[in-house]
Amino acid sequence: MGQKIKRLHMNENTTDALKELLYKMADDLLIIGHRNSEWTGLGPILEEDIAFSSMAQDKIGQAQALYTLLHEFGEQEPDIVAFMRNASQFHNAQLLELPNGDYDFSLIRHFLYDHADQLRFEMLAHSSYEPLAKVARKVKGELKYHVFHANTWVVKLGAANDESHFKMQTVLNEAWNFALGMFEEGPFEDLLREEGIFEGEKILQEKWLKNITPILLKAGLCLPDEYTWKPINGGRKCEHSPYLTPLVEEMSEVFRYDPTAQW
Amino acid sequence: MIKSLDPRVIRAAIEDSNPIEPLKEMDQWETYEVFHQKKRGDQHMHVGIVHAPNTEMALLFGKEQFGRRGISVNIWVVKTRDVFTTDYEDSDIFETIPEKQYREAGGYKVMDKINKFKKGLGPKD
Repeated sequence: MGQKIKRLHMNENTTDALKELLYKMADDLLIIGHRNSEWTGLGPILEEDIAFSSMAQDKIGQAQALYTLLHEFGEQEPDIVAFMRNASQFHNAQLLELPNGDYDFSLIRHFLYDHADQLRFEMLAHSSYEPLAKVARKVKGELKYHVFHANTWVVKLGAANDESHFKMQTVLNEAWNFALGMFEEGPFEDLLREEGIFEGEKILQEKWLKNITPILLKAGLCLPDEYTWKPINGGRKCEHSPYLTPLVEEMSEVFRYDPTAQW
Repeated sequence: MIKSLDPRVIRAAIEDSNPIEPLKEMDQWETYEVFHQKKRGDQHMHVGIVHAPNTEMALLFGKEQFGRRGISVNIWVVKTRDVFTTDYEDSDIFETIPEKQYREAGGYKVMDKINKFKKGLGPKD
């Protein structure tokens, strides 16, 4: 009420731009959701196992909400889109498909990704594309908890003792250039901004750096030196590491066995 | 000895020659009692226990173990060792002689008065 929202002009261009945005967001969520769910039953302690698994389910739910929006643009049903594509049709950033490694890597990835995810949805809460703005407002609470969870672990382990500090710093360094790949620009940046849909990857990355820096400082962790920053891009253009194919195959194995089965 | 085909049993290599080491002290994190509040203004109710290394993590876990179904607005955690308790050996302190109707609401005969009042006659002194 009261706030004047820019009216979105739907045409072929804006539809393409929205699809690109929705696909990369949804695929990020689905892939990280699947990876994190691989910890179910193997988490470091029972309580954390449950918390991490529950958040993984949140991610899948968020992905489903976005695939549903894509369906409204004429894409296939959410389940078909999620389970019937090959790795070469996924738009997720490569960071999210990397194997879980030890818990330290999974935690730092959770930290780096969830901060970006929270900020992206925050920016989209006032998008001129109202259906997405609505989803963004709906997931606010989930994301707040996910980031709270990530921050708590990173601060605790970053500063607990020499061994934990060393492990966390090592995985931060390893994940860093992959994390920068989350902000790979697409072909529709200007259009999305002009239409009031999304302010763009550059601004998102700036906000992200501003948010994670004080937390890492509190954890006693250092950002890698800026001259070493080399974003590992490609994910948005469906270029992936060898790790995505086995993930997609395992994730969709049951569904593909009989796509018409009723659950 | 029965040879199990269950992979979990095989993996565990349960044999007499392989006894399970007892847990060291603090091998587990200490426990926190979790209380949740269903809506603002309600009393907090005890819902369970979590292991955690500090209060912040206890809140983190408490939320996810007991609040993830969206029925809470608030959570308290308290270190289990900060909870003081009576001894079960002393549970007889809760026993009491039942012949004390004057201590119970049912012991007062007031329905006649109430019914009269409702009929508009008012209470009689």
